[in-house]
Amino acid sequence: MEISRRHFLKIGGICVLGLVAQPLVKAFAQSDVSKASRDPKALTGKKWGLVFDATKCKYSEGCRECILSCHRTHNVPAIDDKKEEIKWIWAEPYENAFPGQGHEYIAAEIKEKPFIVLCNHCTDPPCVRVCPTKATFKREDGIVMMDYHRCIGCRFCMAACPYGARSFNFKDPRPFIKEENKEYPTREKGVVEKCNFCVERLDAGLMPACVEACPHKALFFGDLEEPGSDVSKILRSHYTIQRKPELGTRPNVYYIIV
Amino acid sequence: MLNKALSGSKGYWSWVVFLLILIGLGFACYLWQLNKGLTITGMSRDVSWGLYIGQFTFLVGVAASAVMVVLPYYLHNVKVFGKITVLGEFLAVSAIIMCMLFIFVDLGKPMRILNMILYPTPNSIMFWDMVVLSGYLLLNIVIGWKVLECEHQSVTPPHWTKILTYISIPWAVSIHTVTAFLYAGLPGRHYWLTAIMAARFLASAFASGPALLILLSYIVRRFSKFDPGKEAIQKLAAIVTYAMIVSVFFVGLEFFTAFYSRAPEHGMYTLQYLFAGLDGYSKLVPLMWLFAVLAVVALILLINPKTRSNDSGLKIACVATFVSLWIEKGLGLVVGGFIPNPFERVTEYAPTVPEVLITLGVWAVGFLLLTILYKIAVSVKEETA
Repeated sequence: MEISRRHFLKIGGICVLGLVAQPLVKAFAQSDVSKASRDPKALTGKKWGLVFDATKCKYSEGCRECILSCHRTHNVPAIDDKKEEIKWIWAEPYENAFPGQGHEYIAAEIKEKPFIVLCNHCTDPPCVRVCPTKATFKREDGIVMMDYHRCIGCRFCMAACPYGARSFNFKDPRPFIKEENKEYPTREKGVVEKCNFCVERLDAGLMPACVEACPHKALFFGDLEEPGSDVSKILRSHYTIQRKPELGTRPNVYYIIV
Repeated sequence: MLNKALSGSKGYWSWVVFLLILIGLGFACYLWQLNKGLTITGMSRDVSWGLYIGQFTFLVGVAASAVMVVLPYYLHNVKVFGKITVLGEFLAVSAIIMCMLFIFVDLGKPMRILNMILYPTPNSIMFWDMVVLSGYLLLNIVIGWKVLECEHQSVTPPHWTKILTYISIPWAVSIHTVTAFLYAGLPGRHYWLTAIMAARFLASAFASGPALLILLSYIVRRFSKFDPGKEAIQKLAAIVTYAMIVSVFFVGLEFFTAFYSRAPEHGMYTLQYLFAGLDGYSKLVPLMWLFAVLAVVALILLINPKTRSNDSGLKIACVATFVSLWIEKGLGLVVGGFIPNPFERVTEYAPTVPEVLITLGVWAVGFLLLTILYKIAVSVKEETA
């Protein structure tokens, strides 16, 4: 095929125009409002945190409301096999939740006292650091979140998490969901999942499911950077501890022991 | 040159068919895994990496076979290695291919593997591992193939192969270092959180890679007219000896820090689990003692010049080195890191039958590639000899 100089210049010009057009359109036609506008009711914060008050929790008397509510809300499958179970929030005895923070003469009722554990939404999360695809990432409000559609299932985050907060879908979880909540997606086999501090509820102006469900007011949620929030007030007025603070992850879940 | 892999003795073809059967079995199990998920493996919420990642970690070490012949040959003018550099490089190529396959079969969502390239994440060590492993693979296949081709055509290799070879030497160090960093940078895993992890990886790599290369050299000598040469094998044996001594020394260092400091954050519980059992769980204890015994056997045979210079003594020493490091690095190190779990409980791990078959299948792919590459290399060497 013969190409005249004129023809060549024409095509070249169109190509250059095409390359320039897109950034130009972006620069001039982009508005300040983000594409997905936020619900005006949405709860916003600078750094979300949670406080668990063990003195009020009635887990040992059989209460499971926070766990049931969370797992129902987020379609967490009920898999009985301990090796493959999926959990976002559950209870651990003091000595397991806080290894190294007890001693041999500790009162038996503290040693065995159940503590609600979940993702700590660390300020410096190792799971985010190691994820090779940014499928686990940290939002500006401090929530460590997961993109189930990007996760390749390498499980590096599970090796990195010092709190055992992450579960892997070894098999298709759907047959193990008793009652599906259509408002929240289910997962496929082969991806990791964990607590998301109920981002979807915060966006709709609701408190996290576990906090809302607790009948004994043992869970508090709020903005740690906001001096007037419930969590800030409690942290100022009580002695609280974190799980494994020595690892430098700076967890944002706090515990009142006694 | 590829055609040289297409003609061979009956033994050659039966070996190829044997490997193909293993690959077929592994592939069938992999299809099953793809369908059912990783539930068909022995891995769990607590021990979330197992045999696959263990093999990957060990085989990165085997890939050191290349640098341990290339470095003495190009930097120290050790002429005897000239004949076998290509064997070292081709072994590295097969090892790296196996590494990549082991990562692939371990993924929960393998069809999304390109996300690693589509969303490159420089703060993830896994991203860098992908970069250094693929680079090392390319370097070795390009260098090995081009130099062999030149030998085939009886011309001197072009200058750029030498430049690439010089690049490949520090690059080899990078693959072990970066792979060690996968483990050594995780705050909650006491057994892995040790600054000498990269040094341990380098030492065990420089022992296991050349040990396999020695064994392969004996096999090549037995089945072809090409002789890698007694002197080359003995030089490699000296490398294996030093590297094995350093390897065992490094393991000893971990024991000292853990048990003398008695600080749980230095991996004492894991070492107890591995070598004595913890809370009544002791599945890995016999294997870890096998490691210890084999390591001692290897050291005795390697350090004693009489047994090292003796063909059968050296063969046993190399098998012992290879197997002991396989247990230590390919099983104990990876699985041990997860025990006890973040709640200080023990969940044990044992691979399942399909998991073992998939693992064998990947090894078979590596050995098939190795067989083909070695067949070509050896045929060229036989012609030019």
